[in-house]
Amino acid sequence: MSDEEEQPINLVLFSGTDDKLQAAAVLTAGAAALGKPVHIFLQYWALDAFRADRIDKPLPLAPEAGEAGQQAVDRMRVAGQQSWSQTLRVAKELGEVDIQACSLSMDVLGISSDELDPLVDGVEGVAAFYVNAGTGQVVFI
Amino acid sequence: MASTTILDARGLKCPMPIVKTAQQIKAVTRGDLLEVLSTDPGSVADFAAWSRSTGNELVGQSVEDGVYHFVLRRK
Repeated sequence: MSDEEEQPINLVLFSGTDDKLQAAAVLTAGAAALGKPVHIFLQYWALDAFRADRIDKPLPLAPEAGEAGQQAVDRMRVAGQQSWSQTLRVAKELGEVDIQACSLSMDVLGISSDELDPLVDGVEGVAAFYVNAGTGQVVFI
Repeated sequence: MASTTILDARGLKCPMPIVKTAQQIKAVTRGDLLEVLSTDPGSVADFAAWSRSTGNELVGQSVEDGVYHFVLRRK
């Protein structure tokens, strides 16, 4: 990536809870709405959530949410908030969003590319991640 | 005289008001206006930021009965 091009916002997603994936989706959609490119790297439990047969299934919240947190999240969904995966699909249509699976995590989980949802564009190792991250910010969720 | 397209984003929560705006602005002719209606309190800061960042000028802003109106000019 050249210096003249806008550097991407790089999100490393590790957590597979609904709340953190929702936060990641909002950060991605906001960047897309501003015309900023986003490069997402899926590790561990976040990668697991992108399995084609799991992507639309309900996920738990982080332990700190407790029962009050679950009720708050349920209220948002009832009020019409889209799922994290749906928000990511919208973000992808709107702007430049590149979603890559971490090759090591694919090994850890024992999954192959064809088991992943089409939202995932490819597989990267850590070196490819850094090269594609350029000089952009890196956020770990 | 510039024409105005209305985008009703009432009831939508962050990030959808600016996401829908970014989608809709593509269909607006340069110089024409897009008026967005929003009930999300966060959208006041969001639209100022989006306008500044994308260069689509925020030419008008008002609030009535809990509904924000943001008028943007397509650059």
